[in-house]
Amino acid sequence: MHLLEGEGVSRNFGGLAAVADVDFYVDEGEILGLIGPNGAGKTTLFNLISAALKPTRGTVTYEGKEITKLPPHKICRLGIARTFQTVKIFPHLPVVRNVMVGSLFGTGKHMSEAEASRKAEEALDFVSLTSLKNVPAGDLTLANQKRLEVARALATEPRLLMLDELMAGLTHTEIDEAMGDIAQIRSSGITVIMIEHVMHAIMNICDRIIVLDHGRKIADGTPAEIAVNQDVIECYLGQDADSDEDLDDDSDFGDEDHAES
Amino acid sequence: MNTTTFSKTRIVSLAVLAVIFVVLAILPVITQGYTITLVTDILRYAILAVAWVLFSGPTGYMSLATAAFYGLGFYIAAIANGPLPFALAIIVAGIAAFVVALLIGGLTLRLKGVYFTIFTFAVVLLINNVVLEIERVVTSTRGRFVETETTQAAYWAMFLVAVLTIVVCVLIRRSRYGLALQSIGEYEEAARHSGINVVRTKVLIFAIGSVFMGMAGAIIATRRTYIDPGIAFNLNTSFLPVLMALFGGVSNLVGPVIGAAVFTYLADFLLSTFPDLFMLIFGVVLILAIVFMPNGIIGLAQQVWQKIRGGRRAPA
Repeated sequence: MHLLEGEGVSRNFGGLAAVADVDFYVDEGEILGLIGPNGAGKTTLFNLISAALKPTRGTVTYEGKEITKLPPHKICRLGIARTFQTVKIFPHLPVVRNVMVGSLFGTGKHMSEAEASRKAEEALDFVSLTSLKNVPAGDLTLANQKRLEVARALATEPRLLMLDELMAGLTHTEIDEAMGDIAQIRSSGITVIMIEHVMHAIMNICDRIIVLDHGRKIADGTPAEIAVNQDVIECYLGQDADSDEDLDDDSDFGDEDHAES
Repeated sequence: MNTTTFSKTRIVSLAVLAVIFVVLAILPVITQGYTITLVTDILRYAILAVAWVLFSGPTGYMSLATAAFYGLGFYIAAIANGPLPFALAIIVAGIAAFVVALLIGGLTLRLKGVYFTIFTFAVVLLINNVVLEIERVVTSTRGRFVETETTQAAYWAMFLVAVLTIVVCVLIRRSRYGLALQSIGEYEEAARHSGINVVRTKVLIFAIGSVFMGMAGAIIATRRTYIDPGIAFNLNTSFLPVLMALFGGVSNLVGPVIGAAVFTYLADFLLSTFPDLFMLIFGVVLILAIVFMPNGIIGLAQQVWQKIRGGRRAPA
């Protein structure tokens, strides 16, 4: 049994099929990469899994149970945590309180404030934010805000962690650190799905990659297979293959706007 | 945070609270008449402002439904006070407000921002008209008479409800629900995806705040002999506590209490001293307050405090 499985997952925005008939799965312990050009439907797919959006068609199954109709907080409590493409922190709350929201409400078990606070500190320690724990979250740098989101997600004790462009906007050093963090998250037993445009990161740490284009799944395989897949190369590079800079463009057209609605 | 200064401030503020508590508790024994009425009024607005801030402060959902729950309290008092003891009538008013708030909250709290505000505003008008219509059809009258209570009895009741309101609101703010409300106000979507049942939390806290509004209404009603929907569901009851809370500061619960006290006293003073210029002066004071004290009296006090201490740490 797969940890998470989607069958025929579709979502239309008016006449536009943002995600069309996508089948996918993640197995326990995997790091799954989700890539595709801007507007391919990656974030929409995350939103469908985490119930920020309801699918127009299709089902999502987690640990063998259908979760398609559950509200977001229940999905979180079941063990699916996520971060956001544009960081969504609680800017006026201290860093540690941000993370405590995750440990107090997101684990699905009742936790005393003291326990929740201890869990929050652990998560902060993991992302190396302990020294900033009393700072208002809005005062952090972008890289640290992204770390904070990861800490908040980890504090919910997930089995599956969905990272939406964790590395976008980070420096090379920060990207290397983030890659180390992801590897460590996996070795602590958490399955990871990550949307990413930073190709060397994706190719290095993912066990498997799914490629979306115009809402459809066009490829699914190991990094080595994806790298030589003709459809993928065409969708990224077009026929005349002169614009490979597109790969690093981090504004994912469309998805974010829909997520707000 | 420096623990020694913290505990010192804490002792001082607890002492101040204790003094205020004792003075208010024995007030009807040491004085009568006008002072009691004025303090009852202050307590009433303190209840409304604190109950409003409980939900609207951290979440930023600006509710204008206060008059609906308050007016409901009026009607419960008109119906139940007499047949039931005064205390019981107040409790029934609280329960009725809670139930109605659950319904209204369930409907309106899916809306955000200005839409929520307008809807809650409309709810007051709606209930006003529904009650008017029910009275016309069922009793063929416009208003009702209320079994009155003495100034003292109303004062005691208002005092107890005020204490209850403040205690409950402080406990909620310090509990996990306090954090949940704050995170909802800061970024609702992130709160939802971090495991908070956003709808349930919002509706529940909204309804708990409404309990005290209903109770305050039931008590005040017993000081009027006659009520009708226009009196009970007066929209001023929705706006004034909001202004008072903003005037005092919404970042904690001391703000709305101070706001209610200053505001009520000021209004009373202006109304008796300059009855013709009351609205004009009051409006100017309000505008000045909003311009120069965007964070309320409490915010201003914190700024001054910070300057005195010269430190950069925010006071507790």
